[in-house]
Amino acid sequence: MSNWKWDVFYDAFPYIIKGLWITAGLTIASFVFALVFGFVWTFLRRVPFKPFQWIVVWVMEFIRSTPPLVQLFFIYYAFPQIPVIGMTLSPFVSGMIGLGVHFSTYISEVYRSGIEGVDQGQSEASTALNFSTYKKWTKIILPQAIPPTIPMLGNYLIIMFKEVPLASTIGVIGILQLANNYGAKTWDYVEPLTIVAMLFLLLSYPSAILIKKLENKMNRNFDKNKMLKETN
Amino acid sequence: MSIIVKPIVTYKGVHKNFGDVEVLKGIDLNIAPGEKVAIIGPSGSGKTTIIRLLMTLEEPSAGDIYVEGNNLWKMQRGNKMVRANEKHLRKIRSDIGMVFQHFNLFPHMTVLENCVISPVEVQGIDKQTAKKLAMEMLEKVGLKDKLDKYPDQLSGGQKQRVAMARALVMKPKVMLFDEVTSALDPELVGEVLEVIRDLAEEGEMAMILVTHEMDFALDVADRVLFLDKGVIAERGTAKEVIEESKNERLQEFLKRFRS
Repeated sequence: MSNWKWDVFYDAFPYIIKGLWITAGLTIASFVFALVFGFVWTFLRRVPFKPFQWIVVWVMEFIRSTPPLVQLFFIYYAFPQIPVIGMTLSPFVSGMIGLGVHFSTYISEVYRSGIEGVDQGQSEASTALNFSTYKKWTKIILPQAIPPTIPMLGNYLIIMFKEVPLASTIGVIGILQLANNYGAKTWDYVEPLTIVAMLFLLLSYPSAILIKKLENKMNRNFDKNKMLKETN
Repeated sequence: MSIIVKPIVTYKGVHKNFGDVEVLKGIDLNIAPGEKVAIIGPSGSGKTTIIRLLMTLEEPSAGDIYVEGNNLWKMQRGNKMVRANEKHLRKIRSDIGMVFQHFNLFPHMTVLENCVISPVEVQGIDKQTAKKLAMEMLEKVGLKDKLDKYPDQLSGGQKQRVAMARALVMKPKVMLFDEVTSALDPELVGEVLEVIRDLAEEGEMAMILVTHEMDFALDVADRVLFLDKGVIAERGTAKEVIEESKNERLQEFLKRFRS
């Protein structure tokens, strides 16, 4: 049983914090990837051809129901061995694609709920005013569908941040991997791993509070609008 | 009317099914340019569906609709008539405008933006011209002082008047009104009808009004159609239909509204 050693803490801290850029960078990169790819799913699901929709839903379900760790291993180790399309990807890119694709299926559901929350009449008014399909989506539907989903998207950002250490298994050197390396060298694990936990807490807790505030603000706006409607 | 004019809208044997329910069972109808037609009838009789087909919000199950002689839902490809594509629909749809029961204003835009967006984004008119046009129409509906308000800050009657200005900006040749006063509190109905009456008096735009306001229909419409169970059961001038018809179903329907 080792006791808490402050000298180890001070020694490990600067070493570990160097990995924060990688951890944060992979979080942002895979989140952006998921945001964009989530749109792709959402629109593929709206292609007006039933068998195609079934395939898309099935593929999404498949991605959601398999562990992200398996997906990361597949992309990093197995994908290069696939003929024709296979190629070697760096650990960072593999992590971005793996986590990005996995979470894009969840984020697509968030988009879908946002889109379904927009009144059908908005689409009809766009048709009556002769909008093209593209303009209808970019000017009318999405500007109303996306803002209410921002708190939910924020939640997924935090969840993804906490999933990023998975990528250390394919060699992305983030804070967890550095802490592990430090421990392997010195046999001191308590301080470095505590630092990792602390860094995660330090970043995700304030973000969670921020998102909660955002959510409350949105709800308030919604209530205000509803009240105005009722007084009319 | 004794003068023969080319109709602006023609329905030929139009049917519409929703699943197993046949809502329209063969509608034949000509509407002259500038003509004001009121469609009345019990709920579920298919009145709203008639105009939704013309606005391309629903597709007919059978039959054809023509706008200025062009088939709305079918187009020529080679020597065959095929289902209209989006491009064809957009071309013909530009002559038609619609005001909805529930306004359907764009809640993320101000009153002015609601009226400016379609000429700019759809017709490609420059912003300044579009703004001028929008102001002109908003003045016509008496809302020139609400330009920067959002729809949520307006009363129902005001919202509906903005919706009319928004549709007018596109200069349609045919304007469709889908029970535009049904969602309004009784004291706000008047201001909306007032605007419609003014538009009717201007004359050049054809208007099809689906309405429950019998006195208003009598007053404004050149012609009234009584729709019952998916067919036009009675048609004629407002006076003929509302005051002189012997149709039993119509009498029964009117009695309920006149009480």
